[in-house]
Amino acid sequence: MTTPLLEIHNVTMRFGGIVANRNVSFSVERGAVTALIGPNGAGKTTMFNCITGFYRASEGEIVLNGRDGPLDIGTLITKPVTGGSHLVTRAGIARTFQNIRLFKDMSVVENLLVAQHLVTANNLLSGVFRTPSFHRAEREAVDRAYHWLREMNLADDANRLAGELPYGRQRRLEIARAMCTGPTLICLDEPAAGLNPSETRELSEVIQRLCTEHDQSVLVIEHDMALVMRISQHIVVLDHGEVISDGTPEHVANDPAVVAAYLGVSEEEVEA
Amino acid sequence: MQTNRLLPLFKQALLTFTVSLILFGPISGLVLEGFSFRNELTRAVVLAAIVTAGRVAISLVQMTSLGQALTRRMADSGVGVTVMTGTEKSPVLILALLFVAGLSLPFFADKYFLGIAILALIYCLLGLGLNIVVGLAGLLDLGFVAFYAVGAYLLALGSQYLGLGFWGALIIAPLLAGLFGMVLAFPVLKMHGDYLAIVTLGFGEIIRLVLNNWLDFTGGPNGAPVPAPTVFGLEFTRTAKQGGVSIHDYLGIPYSADYKFWFIYLVLFLVVCLVIYAVERLRVMPLGRMWEALREDEIACRSLGVNHVFTKLTAFMLGASTGGLAGVFFAVHQGFVNPTSFTFFESALILAIVVLGGLGSTVGVIAAALVLTILPELLRDFAEYRVLIFGVLMVVMMIWKPRGLVRIKRPAFFPSTTTDAGPLPLTAKAEVA
Repeated sequence: MTTPLLEIHNVTMRFGGIVANRNVSFSVERGAVTALIGPNGAGKTTMFNCITGFYRASEGEIVLNGRDGPLDIGTLITKPVTGGSHLVTRAGIARTFQNIRLFKDMSVVENLLVAQHLVTANNLLSGVFRTPSFHRAEREAVDRAYHWLREMNLADDANRLAGELPYGRQRRLEIARAMCTGPTLICLDEPAAGLNPSETRELSEVIQRLCTEHDQSVLVIEHDMALVMRISQHIVVLDHGEVISDGTPEHVANDPAVVAAYLGVSEEEVEA
Repeated sequence: MQTNRLLPLFKQALLTFTVSLILFGPISGLVLEGFSFRNELTRAVVLAAIVTAGRVAISLVQMTSLGQALTRRMADSGVGVTVMTGTEKSPVLILALLFVAGLSLPFFADKYFLGIAILALIYCLLGLGLNIVVGLAGLLDLGFVAFYAVGAYLLALGSQYLGLGFWGALIIAPLLAGLFGMVLAFPVLKMHGDYLAIVTLGFGEIIRLVLNNWLDFTGGPNGAPVPAPTVFGLEFTRTAKQGGVSIHDYLGIPYSADYKFWFIYLVLFLVVCLVIYAVERLRVMPLGRMWEALREDEIACRSLGVNHVFTKLTAFMLGASTGGLAGVFFAVHQGFVNPTSFTFFESALILAIVVLGGLGSTVGVIAAALVLTILPELLRDFAEYRVLIFGVLMVVMMIWKPRGLVRIKRPAFFPSTTTDAGPLPLTAKAEVA
């Protein structure tokens, strides 16, 4: 077994006196779907923000074993002057948001082109004078954008405004945009929130296809348990900021601690 | 049927009359005289009646079919952004015609009109520069005039202390203004919206106050003279300086004071065309797209690996550079600079140009710049009411077309092949990483 893609060691996240995550450790396997679940307020999104570099964890370390060897997320964010969450994406962790954050007044293709800013020719002069290398980079970027639009069944909407797409399509567009950054790990924050059953089914197919066809590692936060059980190979359960269960879907579903957290069983019963 | 229509009309008229009477009553109905008031209420009533008549007239027009069609069209054009279909006709012919017309303008226009045209083009440049910062990158900059001043004073003081000429200043000004932009922007770009606006406002005032108070260096309120431009060492004066040659002697044509303005106009026109081209290219370039993405959603940009501080910095610097360029032309056109040309009112005017033109729209900004500089000249006959008409026009514009004169169109993109290229994504990525 190779090393896991992402290792989280004893991460604690505090906001002043409030402890959002306490001593959380788990790992994300390569080429698999890992789900992070838990009741509301369990600290899932906080954990997510630590992984994607939007927060700096108070204690502990998050190590990405990506393309360039092991890399501590915390040091990327706190790097002087040039540091920041954008470096985490460049290292290979892409994310989507719980409340969709598309560039609404830009077209669908442009949304995907922005995501590819590292491979397009950003030089001011090459663009103004339309050098051949600029053209080639642009053409490749547009083709890559169309590739992901086809993967997400969005090709027909390519030249529409992102903001005028239906909600379900905006969700898939956000995933396509994250994939355009060429990530080693894609983190989806409640991708099924607000979707109807048929859209949820389509979404689960998309995520499974990412995993099987593109060998993409996925970390997902989700409340829809049917979806989680269907798509994930590995589930981590958080409650009150701590990991209460970690394992395969079958293991987690039968774990009395998880049942207690979700259904609210009295203390004595759990201990018994 | 008839009463059904008349009753709401009457109610509306009554409401309008009452409201305008309340407004006009104290403002023009009571005239202060020493320590007492003179009663002029009839005047207020007449004003209110005029407003009411106008309101009724508008309502009557709206009832006709023509009026209804008009309102519908007005409402239609208010809708914001559209994406092009990729099948639009190329506007090359129109652009070429406009270019030739612009180039040949000096041969038709008199000196007065040419002066206005130069001013209009300078405001075009300023508008295009601020449009990069405000319209594309979404950073509210209230001190843009500072960079304009940097460009203008570079030429004035550069010639005084370093012997810098027009052409030298034209090359150095964008760099220097860009540097000033960087100095200002680097510490403040972590701020957002209103805070950034206030810092830039302060920066604009600092530059003006320094220019005003540093008597030894800048000449303070007395300003500084600016030398006339030269072409290949040829001068525009009637008699050339010691060792120089004036252009009319060289070409063997009679002297005219207009040549200088022809020259400034033509160079300015070419520079404006170049800047327009560059800005239009920026819209479809990665850098321009990143600016716009940053305006739409900064957090999403960071999640895509965009370095938001650096990207904002480039927008600020490029905007500042364009402002500096405009400053050089302003200085050489006026032949003299002093700090009163660089007040906050200028910043506000440039911002008005960008907002009226439609944030981010190049054509809109150019149109707004032309309208806002030529209109005050045309309204000279109404000198007293000029600012009033100007203000009314702005209010009306913002009500009818809140998103600016010109509707923004986004470019369309199509794949190079109709079939899927396969696993292109990650391999191409790896080359760069």
